[in-house]
Amino acid sequence: MAIPFSYSLRNLWTRRLTTVLTASGMALVVFVFASILMLSEGLRKTLVQTGSADNVVVIRKGSASEVQSGIERAQAAVVETEPQVTLGERGRRLLARELLVLINLPKRGSGTTSQVTIRGIQPESLLLRPQVRLIRGRMPRPGSSEIMAGASIARRFRGGGMGEVLRFAMRDWTVVGIFDAGNRAFSSEIWGDADQLMQAFRRPVYSSLIFKLADSSAFGAVKQRIENDPRLTLEARRETTYYADQSEMMATFLNILGLSLTVIFSLGAIIGAMITMYSAVANRTGEIGTLRALGFQRRSILVAFLLESLLLGLVGGCVGLFFASFLQLFTISTLNFQTFSELAFSFTLTVGIFYKSLLFSLIMGFIGGVLPAFRASRKTIVEALRVT
Amino acid sequence: MHLAKLLFRNAFRHRLRTSLTILGITIAILSFGMLRTVISAWYAGVDASSASRLVTRNAISLVFSLPLSYKERIRQVDGVQQVSYGSWFGGLYIDEKNFFPNFAVETEQYLKLYPEYVLSPEQLAATIRDRKGCVAGRKLAERFRWKIGDSIVLKGTIYPGEWEFVLRGIYRGREKTVDETQLFFNWDYLNETMKKTVPRRANQVGFYMVGVTSPSRAADVALAIDRLFRNSLAETLTETEKAFQLGFISMTEAIVIAIQLVSFVVIVIIMAVVANTMAMTARERIAEYAVFKTLGFRGYHIAGLILGESLLITMTGCILGIALTFPAASAFGSALSAYFPIFNVAPSTIWLDLLAALLVALVAAIFPAWRATTIPIADGLRRIG
Repeated sequence: MAIPFSYSLRNLWTRRLTTVLTASGMALVVFVFASILMLSEGLRKTLVQTGSADNVVVIRKGSASEVQSGIERAQAAVVETEPQVTLGERGRRLLARELLVLINLPKRGSGTTSQVTIRGIQPESLLLRPQVRLIRGRMPRPGSSEIMAGASIARRFRGGGMGEVLRFAMRDWTVVGIFDAGNRAFSSEIWGDADQLMQAFRRPVYSSLIFKLADSSAFGAVKQRIENDPRLTLEARRETTYYADQSEMMATFLNILGLSLTVIFSLGAIIGAMITMYSAVANRTGEIGTLRALGFQRRSILVAFLLESLLLGLVGGCVGLFFASFLQLFTISTLNFQTFSELAFSFTLTVGIFYKSLLFSLIMGFIGGVLPAFRASRKTIVEALRVT
Repeated sequence: MHLAKLLFRNAFRHRLRTSLTILGITIAILSFGMLRTVISAWYAGVDASSASRLVTRNAISLVFSLPLSYKERIRQVDGVQQVSYGSWFGGLYIDEKNFFPNFAVETEQYLKLYPEYVLSPEQLAATIRDRKGCVAGRKLAERFRWKIGDSIVLKGTIYPGEWEFVLRGIYRGREKTVDETQLFFNWDYLNETMKKTVPRRANQVGFYMVGVTSPSRAADVALAIDRLFRNSLAETLTETEKAFQLGFISMTEAIVIAIQLVSFVVIVIIMAVVANTMAMTARERIAEYAVFKTLGFRGYHIAGLILGESLLITMTGCILGIALTFPAASAFGSALSAYFPIFNVAPSTIWLDLLAALLVALVAAIFPAWRATTIPIADGLRRIG
């Protein structure tokens, strides 16, 4: 025979102040736990979804990212003859030779500068990245000083908005379009004509080549051909892998930070729950004796007290999640240590994180309550009733 | 005397609860101290930079270089004492996990600009004499167990190829706040290799380090340098080393703010735990407080008792936490020396720890003290915990 569930509930209700304090401590921990998971998830989404698996990125051997890479025109021409490059309309090869440089731009409002990625593109670049959509204005005309800015740049940087003018590399560049790539890294970039930008920056080499595979499974063979060609000093990676590699350090950092904070904070919350439950047991020794005298099993007592602390955890978990869900309105922008450029990503709440957080709060409640519940169930009837 | 005894006895009436609370505070103060130390480690580069050094770099951004010919023109600017130059090399030692900053610099002048890097004259001379010579920081050399005369191979990321160096010197920091995890080698070695392999990248430097005659002239000198190269193919941006370092940090501002917020959250969590303990304590002793009042003790006596107990518990935990912060910081610092070359617990962190503990003690005691002092005697005697 189990003790009614309402017994546990009403006990929590009777000592409201204690319940609120303990649950709010747990809520804070769950809030931190959920927010860090949401950040990691946001980062993963931003970087992993940036690439598509059929695309191949080619950069110079040994360079960690496009920024450090340099590909001579002659080498680019060799890669272009690769038979696996998809043919688009009118027999044009779906391969873009791109330039990537970083410039410092002042932010709107604060005026602090940050490094922004400028990508020199060719007409094929957009065909290779169907996830990039023009949302306002038009495409920059090839061979002109026109650029288009990612939505996140337009919002956050001075001179990045529609119709505004940015000055860099001794020229004025007019923003004629705003493009959006959703939650992807491209949204923090500025795009313009590759040849114009190469002239302006006096950088006679491309940074990267990107092309679409005709047959996705042939990647291994293509990689081998490019990397073993004695004329080339290049390496090829799938676009998805390339972007995942770029965020590795940031992801690791977030994971280490998240794990250590979660462990430390949950210790604090578990201790809080333990204190609450131990004193609940101490205060209710007489009650426990009475319940046992009425014929309830030790197991029922154990379950009743465990339920109480699980409930505490659940309340904390729900409150913490409720507040964490509002974080989705925020975007974090920071410097990616590996590419050295600005990267913006937002908190992303998924069903998985929702369940993980609730489970985590229940685990905290369980660990906090299990020892006191055992103590409650081990009391002998006579001793428990003797206490007034 | 009696009061102290009473406080102590009261605090440890519930040994288990009090020890748990103290443990919680210890963990909270420890993590608070560690988080504050992480933030100060973040700013270590700024704190270590000098106001009499200027950094001149390409105005577009750091990935663009400046011609070597600028050196003499910068040197002619009024107020400039000495000029050195270098490039961020960004080489990898074996693999990416072993990251450490490495620069190609014009060794002689560069180390003169940095008196805080202590290097014996013999080692400096040996480094300059050997084209492939390099100098590493003490911590870096210890990390990889390098000895003078060892050969070190770095994989170039920005400058392609495998680069071989010979360790000719190990520098020490003059103070504890000096970064001892860097590696410098002769810029000429880099330049001559570039002349052979990629001629268009030869005679280009990443940045100029400019020593000014006095810090008060830094701003004027910076403006004068930038004026020199306005409208040239490579416009410059000159700022003090401090501003330059701050620029990096402002880019990672979001992370710093997050860590700061989290460090306050941990204090709030422990506040809830201690407040809970105090609330229970007061609830159990309402009848005692009523007896006290009957005997003629005033409300402030009782409030003092509760506050004193709260302070005693919190401060015990706080002192334990502070004591643990030092070993934890040194362990953490050596484990993550790649990310945080300097990881020292600042005195301000200790003060913040104490302040946080005091705040927690006060907030935790307010509500129970108020309840204990305002409850009428008859009600207090009637109450059962």
